[in-house]
Formats: sequence, C-alpha cells, structure tokens
Amino acid sequence: MLLFQQIVFIPVLVLAIYLFVRKIRRVRRNILLGKDEDYSGDSGRRWKNLLLLAFGQKKMFRNPLVAVMHFVIYAGFIIINIEVLEIMVDGILGTHRLFSGFLGPVYIGLIDGFEVLAVGVFLACVIFLSRRNIVKLRRFISHDLDGWPRSDANYILLTEIVLMTLFLTMNAADTLLQSRGYGHYGLHLTGDFLFSHWLHPLLNGWSSAALVVLERVCWWLHILGILAFLNYLPYSKHLHILLAFPNAYYARLQPEGKLRNMPAVQNEVLYAMQPETAPPAPADGSAAPPPRFGAKDVFDLSWRNLLDAYSCTECGRCSAACPANLTGKVLSPRKIMMSTRDRLEEVGRNIDANGKFTDDGKTLLDYISVEELRACTSCNACVEECPVSISPLEIIVEMRRALIMEDSNAPQEWNALFSNIENNFAPWKFSPDDRDGWTAEG
Amino acid sequence: MQVTTMAEWAARGETPEILFWVGCSGSYDQRAQKITRAFATILDKAGVRYAILGKEEACTGDPARRAGNEFLFQMMAYQNIQTLNNYGVKKIVTACPHCFNILGNEYPELGGRYEVIHHTTFLQQLIDEGKIRIKESGPFKGKRITYHDSCYLGRGNDIYEAPRKVLEALDAELVEMKRCRSKGLCCGAGGAQMFKEEEKGTTRINFERSHEAVGTGAGVIAAACPFCNTMLTDGVKQEEKEETVKVMDIAELIASSIA
Repeated sequence: MLLFQQIVFIPVLVLAIYLFVRKIRRVRRNILLGKDEDYSGDSGRRWKNLLLLAFGQKKMFRNPLVAVMHFVIYAGFIIINIEVLEIMVDGILGTHRLFSGFLGPVYIGLIDGFEVLAVGVFLACVIFLSRRNIVKLRRFISHDLDGWPRSDANYILLTEIVLMTLFLTMNAADTLLQSRGYGHYGLHLTGDFLFSHWLHPLLNGWSSAALVVLERVCWWLHILGILAFLNYLPYSKHLHILLAFPNAYYARLQPEGKLRNMPAVQNEVLYAMQPETAPPAPADGSAAPPPRFGAKDVFDLSWRNLLDAYSCTECGRCSAACPANLTGKVLSPRKIMMSTRDRLEEVGRNIDANGKFTDDGKTLLDYISVEELRACTSCNACVEECPVSISPLEIIVEMRRALIMEDSNAPQEWNALFSNIENNFAPWKFSPDDRDGWTAEG
Repeated sequence: MQVTTMAEWAARGETPEILFWVGCSGSYDQRAQKITRAFATILDKAGVRYAILGKEEACTGDPARRAGNEFLFQMMAYQNIQTLNNYGVKKIVTACPHCFNILGNEYPELGGRYEVIHHTTFLQQLIDEGKIRIKESGPFKGKRITYHDSCYLGRGNDIYEAPRKVLEALDAELVEMKRCRSKGLCCGAGGAQMFKEEEKGTTRINFERSHEAVGTGAGVIAAACPFCNTMLTDGVKQEEKEETVKVMDIAELIASSIA
C-alpha cells in the first residue's frame, strides 16, 4: 500500500513542480519584456516594505475586519504548508505521520494549531464567498470581473474550503483508526486533535477498512489538490500570494505625486535650447532609432509595470476609491491592470508559438480605450489603496504620453491648453504681462 | 498692494528670504487672486521678506505633463529653472499643491533644486513661531469647518497635518468627511481634467465631493488648492447651498482672523 503510494507520489510531485517552474519562467520572461528601469538601492527600506506590506499586509488593515479574515487565510495557507511538508515527506518515504515520532507532544500542539487555522480558513472563505455572491459588494459585481475573473475568484475560495475539509476529515479518520488500534495507525498514537474529533460521530459507524480508504482518499486529494492549486496559480489572479513579495520589495519609494521623468525628451529640449550641449551626429550618418514616447504596448512599459500586472489580485480596492469610477466613468484602475496582464499573456503566447514576437496587429490600446485614459485625475487614490504596491497611474500616464506625443491624439480643449501654455505661459489665454495683475487691486 | 519682484530685489542688491510662487491660477483666476492677496497680506503682517517673479513666472508645465505632453512640460521646466537659478532662488513657498509637487519633486532631476514649501506648512510655521497671532474671538471661532484634502498635498506628498493644525488655530469646530486624509476624494480637477470636459459618467466628481462636504453641515469648506476651490465652489452651487456654505482657502481663513 505505502510502496504503491511512493511509486505514484514521487512522479506526480516531480511533474507538478516541473510544470510550475516552467510556467513561472514564462511569467518571468514576460515581465522582462518590459523596458529596463532602475530599482536598485535602498535595500533597507525595501526589506522593511517587504516585511510590512507583504508579510504584515499593512495596507489590508485599512479595513481591519477584512484584514483579519484575509490574514487567517494567508497564515493558514503558509503555516499549514508545514503539514504539507510532512505529507510530502511521508509520500516520498512511504511513511505515515513521520514527524509525530520525534516531535512528540509538540506535534500534537502543531496539528491542533493547524486545525484551528483550517477551521478559520474554512469560515473566512465562506464569508468571502458570501461577500462576493450574496452580499454582492460593489467592487465584486463590477463588469471588470465578468466571465473568467469572477469564476476564478470563486474557484479559489471553493478549493480552499475543500482542501480544509479534506485535511480535517483525514485527521478525524486517522484518530478514529488510532483509537481502534487498527494497523499502522495504532503505532502513531497522537490522540484526538482539537476540531477534527467533532467529525467522529459521523464516522463511528464506518468499518475500519472503510476509514482507511477515507483517510487515504483525503490524503491523496489534499496533496493532489495542493499540487494542482500550485499549477493553477500562474493562470489565476491568485498569483499575488507569490508576487506580492517582490512587488512590495520593489514598491515605489518616491512621493506618489512624482511622475517618472523622460530623459530622452529632457535631452531633446536641452539640445534645442543649448545646441552646444548636443552630442555630435555619428559620422556614418546612422542615427539611433527614435525612441517611442510613452507606451502603446506592453514592450513600452517597464518591467516594474508588468510585475504589477501579474501581482494584481483583482480585489478592486483601487476602483472602489477611484473618483472617475465612482462617478460612472468607464475608467477602472483594476481593469487597467487586468488588461495589461491580458495583453502581456497574449504576447507571451505569441512568443511561445513563434519563437519570437511576431506582429499581431494589436497593441495595448486594443485593450484599454482612450476614454478610460482620459478620465483619470491622477489623484493617486488607486495607488494609495493597493495592498500589493501596484501603480495603475503609471501605466495610464505612459499611455497618455503616447496618445499625445506619438499620435497627436488630444481633445480640442487640451490642444488649446497646450497652445496657451506655449504662447502665454499659462493654461488660459491671458497676457503674460498681466501675471502680476493681482497686485493692482485690493 | 505693494509686492516686490525678484528683479527689483536683485536691482537693490538684496536677497529675499523666500520666493512666493503664485502659479497660474493664483495669478489669473479672479477667485484665486483673492487667495493670493490673502496670503501676501499674511506674509506682510508676519514681516516675511519675500519676492514674486512677477511677469517672469511661467506655468510649471504640470497640466501639460499630466495630459501626456512631456515636450511642453520640459520646455516650461527648462525656462523656469533658468529663471530661478539665475536669481539663485533657494526657498519657494506656493499656495498651489500642483506647483508645490512639481517644483519640489520633479524639477530637481532637471537641475532645479530648491526647498519648496506649501503655504499651509508655511502658515503653520508662522503660527508656531508666533509671527502671526490669531484673534481671540475671530470670525470662525466655534464655526463648523470641514477640510478637503488636496490629492497633490495629501496622497501626493503626505501632507495631512499642517492644514489641520492651521485650522485648529482658528478655534473652530473641525468636522471630517468620511473620505478624508489618505482616503480623501479628489475634486476632479487634477491630471489636466480642469482644462477639459469630464468624460461621460453618471455624475461629476466635484458634485460627488461637494455633496459629501455639504453633508457635514459645515458652513465653511476649507481648501488648500485653487483648483479644488473652483471645483468645490461649482459643486456647492449645484447643491444650491452657496448662500450658507462658503468654500475658502486656508490662507483666507487665517488672513481674516489675524490679530
């Protein structure tokens, strides 16, 4: 029985890890399709952000009740992984509850703790499911999530509920078999655990042979479920459980109000104003290809923006705080991130199929409309709210830059604005000579 | 009123303590001009030796940059930095959070390095240092005031306390809107929205915000940005509350309460 378990388990484990690593390497490759941007230095502050924002989930505590429930799921997930480690070692070595031998009473305390977490995760997931499907919070019924994203969120919560149920049922069957002194179960006497023994009344009538089958089925489904979930992650919004960490480490450290500079434009203006500063043109007549100003596609964004896109878990706190979204405009910062990821995934599939990116006649502008970009007030509410340090604003601004500087695509009023600033040094058509006019009265 | 320009100070061979960057709204918008005059009055009363650039000041380029026109922004920045550096300006105060943000955060990497202070912070300093004193029973004593956070001060630059500290000096009853500080709702003007029609929606952002502000029952909505001021004033009109609810800049509140 246990030998069979080993023979099947080891290849399954190896395959699951292989597939996961292969997919994660693709995600990494896609992120690195973005332009280079310097995020080095400040490692002290960055580690602090990693601890506070990712481990500590500081931003989540803007809503303490939800934060506690989320923290239970998160802690449950991480800590129960110690149990999963035992399951894996048991699977590989063909043992049963290997750790109980040398951990003794500590082991029972640990499993009791895991059961507390498992029940906590179970309850939190039920509440979260009801927030999405019964209470229908505004950010969860938004059209941003129509189709796959809404199902994705529900699948994750349901999976966690199933995994926790399997874990508790497995423990219940195991401890019942122990009390009956059945087979090798009788050799690992741990006694009842905190919560799972509540399931005993349901199982008391079962024969020991049936309980063994139940215990093994739960064991297998639990671990297979976890391995399947691992491979589901990179296709899901749930990838944030991994990428929240690098995203917090690479959190933007400058004031939110500061926009990214464009040295290429800065230099062009400088050379125009002070021609003596311009570098000499190359003798062979070749000139560097003109840079693209702003972003039309994912390649024009930085790797940091693309990491943001994969880190987004589509919670919608950004859109719930967005003044444009709140007043019925089409802009939704969450959708900006989802669209960026969708386009990036499409580009990735293109590269997988063709070896390198082959023009598909599309850009990010096929995913994000001009109207969305135009509605942003650059108020930073989305940036402030994001629990995993994403900036939708940076993408919006980069795309606005391309609209204006590449396509001369501006609303009439903005063209008037530009012309006023250029000619009158003010956004309105007033004479520069009247700039100190306010001193004359009063 | 008598205000000395940087050129006049230089002609006298003297250097002022600080440059008052007025900004386009404060220079040209009739409502915002009152804020400018209020702040200049306070500077005079506090005996601050300050200058303005006068006709030499130009738009910082903020709306152009946020709209996406980086070329125009860089041209304006180049021009302003030349002017400021020629005068050897070290310290700037401004009543506009957009000018404050761009001068303080975005000019340094272009070669314009100055200590930039927003007027609410400056007012707090003047009060703390005893350079201005507030009347014992000023016009706003006991009055209900709500403060609207400007995005470019608050989230943009983490300035939440200074404006509130200044308002506390008025001995008024400060009430917060539900969406305040880092959760403050935008007035709708930023990102060059001030200069175009809003995109299609169910309501306007300034209506949404003004409705919330009026809902506090405050008689005064205190703003710290000339653009927020315009947007909220329009929003209060929409609520048909312009008789009972005034939108005022913090500088105006202080100017009318100085002992």
